Amino acid sequence: MMRRLLSAAALIALICVVAGLWLTRAERLPEGAVASLAGDATRGEQVFWAAGCASCHAAPDAEGEARLVLAGGEAFPSEFGTFYAPNVSMHPERGIGSWDAAAFADAVQRGVSPEGAHYYPVFPYASYALAEPQDIADLWAFWQTLPASDAENRPHDVGFPFNIRRGIGLWKRLYVHDDYAVQGPLDSDAERGRYLAEALSHCGECHTPRDALGGLDRARWFAGAPNPSGRGRIPAIDSDDLNWSRREIAQYLADGFTPDFDVAGGHMASVIANLANLPEEDRDAIAAYVQAVSPSK
Amino acid sequence: MQISTTRSFLLLAALTIGGAGIAIGQTEVPAAVKARQGQMQLQSFYLSTLGEMARGNIDYDADAAQASADSLVAIAAMDWDPLWPEGTATSEVEASRALPAIWTDAEGYAAAWDAFGTAAAAVQGVAGGGLDGLRAEMGALGQSCGGCHDDYRVSND
Ligand code: HEC
Ligand code: HEC
Ligand code: HEC
Repeated sequence: MMRRLLSAAALIALICVVAGLWLTRAERLPEGAVASLAGDATRGEQVFWAAGCASCHAAPDAEGEARLVLAGGEAFPSEFGTFYAPNVSMHPERGIGSWDAAAFADAVQRGVSPEGAHYYPVFPYASYALAEPQDIADLWAFWQTLPASDAENRPHDVGFPFNIRRGIGLWKRLYVHDDYAVQGPLDSDAERGRYLAEALSHCGECHTPRDALGGLDRARWFAGAPNPSGRGRIPAIDSDDLNWSRREIAQYLADGFTPDFDVAGGHMASVIANLANLPEEDRDAIAAYVQAVSPSK
Repeated sequence: MQISTTRSFLLLAALTIGGAGIAIGQTEVPAAVKARQGQMQLQSFYLSTLGEMARGNIDYDADAAQASADSLVAIAAMDWDPLWPEGTATSEVEASRALPAIWTDAEGYAAAWDAFGTAAAAVQGVAGGGLDGLRAEMGALGQSCGGCHDDYRVSND
């Protein structure tokens, strides 16, 4: 009897382990999803600015041309510890210069490293998962034109149990979606804006509050959130809270001036430095989408 | 009719704001905090003329642009130091959004003021000479405001 109980317990434990391993496994993109596409570096530069890679991967306080040197080092404080952006420049050892398109796309759209480990979601792959494969192929083409930096990576300062990457597999099952946060009919401008804002510029990563596990609360999209730096709040920008005109929003995304000519600071200044490189229609499209985000939907 | 409605609205707004100012003033806002926030509001005001021209929302006017740029340079030349006494960070004065870094990194903060002065002077040099020249310098001016807010002002709803 005892032995039977024990073996039943062992069997259950084994099932749990197998299920756990299965649930937390790293899933790459389907083979060839991005790697089979020819990339265009000129278009890739637009994707680069829309996606805001430089905001995190350029050295802290880099400005102008220096934002193209993706040396890493920026710190991201969170409830789970402090993360540091790695060197993702084209340096063959210190950066990702030896990667191919498939490895790049798996990292950016699935949060999976070449070795098959999960990345922490502070790298906003949950947003980039929604991007068009062609955009990622273009981005990689542009990436390969960028300079190398030999800056060394700083290890994350994250305690147990969050230092076990395997667990992120479960997180991904809960929070990486294959559909947009904002559903429902949108006009064609707002639809383009939704693609830019949700798949690339990841506005929600800052402007949407998170739940206890650090996942975005899609029911409170753009409702504002505590600033992860621990000081102040990131403002709500849904249509209940932000009563700026479409033009005012679009112009703010280009020059950082609010309708009262206060000037954006915080991480928004860096977002604007990226978006200023996009064509005006794109900022206008994002503005149309922002106005369509209504909490009472 | 239109104008008088706007006027009475403005009057009402001014009274409300004035009233609020007195109410807060009576409790705790130090004069230096009120003064520096007023200085910032002035900066926004002169910036708005230049910014609306650069955005194409109002017609370019060389004289108005020059006068606004001159004013910004004059503001940047003021002695800002007395407006930032210790003990007036956001954690100490509720009405303030000033970060402690202003005092822990005094050198950086002084450099941020210098950057504003430099950017304002660059705009002063071009403001009256045509819209294209103005536009070319506006980005740096905005960044000098935003760069300081980035490091020394807490973000808020
Ligand atoms: C919000 C900040 C942020 C943004 C935006 C961001 N990243 Fe990252 N990225 C990170 C962090 C932090 C890591 C480290 C994750 C980890 O160690 O689990 C990372 C990791 C990576 C890696 C893996 C590097 C390695 O050595 O394994 C690549 C590649 C990468 N990012 C590329 C990009 C690209 C491309 C973009 C833009 C499309 C981008 N990142 C945007 C923060 C960011
Ligand atoms: C050297 C730093 C610095 C520079 C340069 C700077 N600011 Fe500020 N600004 C601050 C700080 C700090 C505060 C918060 C002050 C407080 O609440 O005590 C602030 C607050 C403000 C406010 C809010 C004022 C209020 O009523 O609470 C506005 C508007 C503003 N700044 C506009 C501007 C504009 C426009 C420029 C450029 C033309 C500019 N600032 C340049 C540091 C700076
Ligand atoms: C990395 C974090 C981050 C991202 C990403 C981000 N924002 Fe922001 N945003 C902020 C912060 C912080 C502020 C407050 C700025 C300040 O303190 O001046 C802000 C302010 C704003 C404001 C002004 C709100 C107000 O009431 O003053 C708007 C509008 C805005 N963001 C729109 C967007 C849009 C649209 C996107 C995506 C394209 C976006 N943001 C992406 C952090 C972010």
